[in-house]
Order: sequence, then structure tokens, then C-alpha cells
Amino acid sequence: MHDIWSNLGLGLATAVSPSNLLYCLIGVVLGTLVGVLPGLGPVATIAMLLPATFSLPPVASLIMLAGIYYGAQYGGSTTAILVNVPGETSSVVTALDGYQMARQGRAGVALATAALASFFAGTVSTVLLALFAPPLAELALRFGPAEYFALMVLGLVASIVLARGSLLHAVGMLVLGLLLGLVGTDVTSGVPRFTFDLPDLADGVGFVVVAMGVFGLGEIVRSLESEDGRSLLAQRVSGLWPTRADLRQMAAPILRGTLLGAALGILPGGGAMLASFSAYALEKRLARDPDRFGRGAIEGVAAPEAANNAGAQTSFIPMLTLGIPSNPVMALMIGALIIQGIQPGPSVMTEQPQLFWGLVASMWIGNLFLVVLNLPLVGLWVRLITVPYQLLYPAILVFCAIGVFSLNNTTFDVYPMAIFGLFGYLFVKLGCEPAPMLLGFILGPMMEEYLRRALLLSRGDPTVFVRRPLSASMLALAAVGLFLVLSPAIRKKREQAFTEE
Amino acid sequence: MVRNANDLGAGLIYITCGVAGLVMARGYGMGSALKMGPGYFPTVLAGLLIAIGVVSLLRSLRGPVVGRPRLAYRKLAFILVPVVLFGLLLRPAGLMVAVPVLVIGSARASEHFRWWHAVALAGGLTVFSVLVFVKALGVPLPVLGSWFGS
Repeated sequence: MHDIWSNLGLGLATAVSPSNLLYCLIGVVLGTLVGVLPGLGPVATIAMLLPATFSLPPVASLIMLAGIYYGAQYGGSTTAILVNVPGETSSVVTALDGYQMARQGRAGVALATAALASFFAGTVSTVLLALFAPPLAELALRFGPAEYFALMVLGLVASIVLARGSLLHAVGMLVLGLLLGLVGTDVTSGVPRFTFDLPDLADGVGFVVVAMGVFGLGEIVRSLESEDGRSLLAQRVSGLWPTRADLRQMAAPILRGTLLGAALGILPGGGAMLASFSAYALEKRLARDPDRFGRGAIEGVAAPEAANNAGAQTSFIPMLTLGIPSNPVMALMIGALIIQGIQPGPSVMTEQPQLFWGLVASMWIGNLFLVVLNLPLVGLWVRLITVPYQLLYPAILVFCAIGVFSLNNTTFDVYPMAIFGLFGYLFVKLGCEPAPMLLGFILGPMMEEYLRRALLLSRGDPTVFVRRPLSASMLALAAVGLFLVLSPAIRKKREQAFTEE
Repeated sequence: MVRNANDLGAGLIYITCGVAGLVMARGYGMGSALKMGPGYFPTVLAGLLIAIGVVSLLRSLRGPVVGRPRLAYRKLAFILVPVVLFGLLLRPAGLMVAVPVLVIGSARASEHFRWWHAVALAGGLTVFSVLVFVKALGVPLPVLGSWFGS
């Protein structure tokens, strides 16, 4: 316990240096901005900004990029409540009751509820991160290749179990991603694979290129399909402060949402979006009168907002302790670390304590910034919502194109980005959620390497995966997960949970 | 016959990618399960992908009818073609040409397209790109390309 306080002290000292405070502020402002603007998400934004972090110190770049992610969870709710258009996928459920509250003249209360819930969740999950990351990293230090391979199998199974929509397509997209991830030179043998003899593909396709294509370009085309003007419900938001009755009503849902979100955030494939969906479903089930949901129930704003922020923050735990991304944003964070010459994994915490603890402390500070940014200054963001999309998306395209170029200073990367833009659009139209593909894309080459290394170390004995207790238990867990998700009863429930809105 | 067009489309994509992967991986050297060559993992994945594709095709024959998704071909082209043009034009013509082509070309995808809006936006973004990316961040982007003798 004493360790934690001294560590948090170190983190706080790092995070409150003037320049780090500034980068934290820039991050959360940008995050709120992309959260407010529909059609531009944290994945595309972080991907665009990644090249710009080359010149920053590692702590500053991570603090800023993290701020974008959790900041987007705040901003997304503003648009959801005031315009009924979720700025982020994670605020889809907030729109259901938040917009109804706004229509009843309680927009201010809904915004305040969202901000308070997010702040509470952010504080709690900062503490959780500080408590659980160190023991997990210590455990991970004892991992060999077999354990890492088993962990990735478990992660991939979890991402299938938790994926939205069709189970079959979640698996399909995942395998497709794993295969696409293998493009480039094979590390072990030096053989170029799937490169079409193009030297530009020798290093594979960059993850940022794929992310910008699928989540940047693909999303733009999809947004352009329905270009309805967004009409604001309230030009001026007043009556921000919730009444005592409101506070009493939201307290328990916030607590439940925080815990559920924090738990789901750690799981691969989880993160903010799934957390908010599940929290909403949970509240609806627990409510004495579920009919109120969808008609302006304050619990329907409080719980998902707490959950998405908690999920956003705890999804840093596997990334920082194991070096394994649980969602596309975390994969980009790993990219940011690698750019800085830091190999993500359990050793980051011991070798770079000020990086780890500085990031943790900055999250709490960032949440404080966000409450200020989103409550008193809400009028500013309200005005931004009305920026016409036809002026916005060409700018996004320019940033994507230049951002992709600056990764390796080559124009070649622009073409795969366009191809993945086409893919991203097609898959969404075909009802295939592209997030598992990105997860597979980043894990594919890692998995292959650990599998080969484990077999090499065991002299080709495949029982190594079940003889080592840690790896065996993780594989057993994965098998149970796979069995559960394939059993008809659970499958039905799972599909219900995702259609329930 | 086919009832679910989405499953059909996705299944065809899986099978196409799987077969392509399988064919290409043939030349990479399989090795054995105990000492895997560069072709082993891709071959297993490609086979799995084909199997998933077949299941998806079979599934498309059952269940509720889902019509063919309506694709916005025109808008898709107005976004992707300017992006490719940007890539082609950047070296020879430079930012001063590539950014306006990207902006004005893609702006036409919108139903609210206005020429003067697009031109003004293109001008603004070109100046912004030169100032921020080239001057401030030092990205080695050619402002004017080889066509202009620089």
C-alpha cells in the first residue's frame, strides 16, 4: 500500500509539470472536440496525430494521446444529449434517454449527470489502475512465450465473445485480420510474404494505415450516406445543477456502471463501447419500472456514461502491463510507445516508472479538466456541433493523407489506406464489425512469433502449452469461453444483449 | 435460394481472401508443426478463413431475408479517387496541387457541394498544411514538386 502512494506521488509530480499539464489539456480538448464532432472518432484522430508525437518526450505523447481517448467519451455524450446523434459509438445508448431528458427541458441536468458520472468513474478507475497494474505486471514478468501465446488466444476468444453483432462474422473478421497482419517479411526466416514483390510492403502494412483507412475513410463515406442537417435542441443550456432527488437517483447506477465498465474495459475487445451498452442493459433490468427507459430516465444517462469512461481507462491495464492491446486505440498507444523506442510490456513499469505513473496521474487530472471543459464551457461545444459536415470531412481527409505520408515519408502508404477505406465501408455495409479485424491484425504476427518460439524452446513438444500451469489455465479459460458462446442458450442471450437498446 | 445477401457477400470475401492466401503461401515453405516454416501459420489461417466463408455461404441460404445492401458507389468514388490522386500527385506536383485536388475532388461527394465553399476550403487547408506540417512540424513534404523544377 505504501508503494502505491509513493508511486502515485511520483506520477503526480511528473504529471503536474507545466509542459505535461499542457499536453494533457491539449489531449482532452482534442478528445472533447472529436467526441462532439460525429464522423471523427478517437481512433482516426490518434492515428493522425501519431506522427506528430515523434518529437515529444514519451510521457508527454502518451498523456496527450490518452487524453484524446477518454476525452472523447465526455464529448460524445454532449452531442448525444443535445442532438440525438451520438458523437461516438460509446455514447449511442446515452442518446436514448439523454435526448429525451433534453426534450423535457432537462438538457442541463443530463449534461451534468453525464459529466459527474464520468468524473466519478474516471477517479475510481484511476485508483483501480494504480492498484491492479503492478501485481499484473509482476505476474507477466514470469511469462514465457507459451504463456504469451495462451494469453493471446484467450484475448482473441474474449474479443469474439464480446464482439457486437454476428458471432460468425466476428470470427471471420478476426481471422482475416490475423492473415492480413502477416503481410511483410517473416521475422524468423526472412521470407517476404504476401508482398506482391513490392519493396514498399516488405515491412508490412502499418497499423495506422489500416486504422485510418477503416475508421477514417470508411467512416466518412458512411456518414455521407445520410447527410441530414443536425438541429440543436437547445441553443442555450441552463439549469445545469441536478436536484437532490436526481443525485440520489443517479448514485447507485453510477457506482454499478463504474464497476461494470472497469471490469469490461480490461477484457480484450471490450473498452468503452461495450461497457456503455452493458451498463444500460443492466440498469434496465434492475429498474423497478423499466418502462421509464427511453423516456428520459436519469439512470439511462448516468450508468452508461460512468461505464464508458471507466472502460476507456481500465483498457490501459493490459496494454501497460502485458504489452497487449485490448482495442484499436490501445494498439495505437503501443505504436506510440514503439515510436519512442520503448518496448511495451511488463518491464515498462519498472524501467520507466515516471512514464507509467505519470500517465496514471494525468488521467485523474485530465478528468478534472474535462469536468470544467464540459460543464461551464458547454456552450462552446454546442456551437461546434453545428459545423457543417461538408466542411469537416475534406479537412479530415487532408490530415489522414498527410498523416499517413509522414509515418515513413512515403506516398505509397496512401494507396493501402484507400484500399482499407473501401474494405472498412464494405464490411460495415455487410454487417461485419471491423474492430476484431484490427485486433487480429496487430496480434497476428505476435501470435505466430510466440507460437514458434514456444515450440522451439520445448524442442517441438506441443504439450508445453498444457504442461505449464499459467498457460494451461488461460487456454482452459479460452475453451470455456468458446464453449459458452457456442452453446445455443447463451448465444441467444448474447444477441439479445446487443440488440436491446 | 440466397436469403441473406450480407452473409453471401461476406462469405465470398472470406473465401476470396482465403484462397488467395492459400495459393500465395504455397511457395513459402511449410516446415512441420514442430518446426514451422514461414508458410505454416498463413496456410492454417487461410484454410480457417475459407471454412468460415463456406459456413457464411451456407448460412445465407437460411433465416430471414436480408436484401442487398445499397452501396453509395458515387460517394465512395468521390472519396477514394481523390485520395489516390493525392498519392500520385504529391511527389511530382507538390502540396500546392495535391491538397486542392484532394479537397475539391472529395467535397463533391457531399449533397451540399458548393464550388466556392470547396475552393475556399482548399485554399485554407493548403496554407494550413504548408504552415503546420512543412514549416512547424518539419514533415519533408514537397511544397512544389518536380514538375515545377524543384
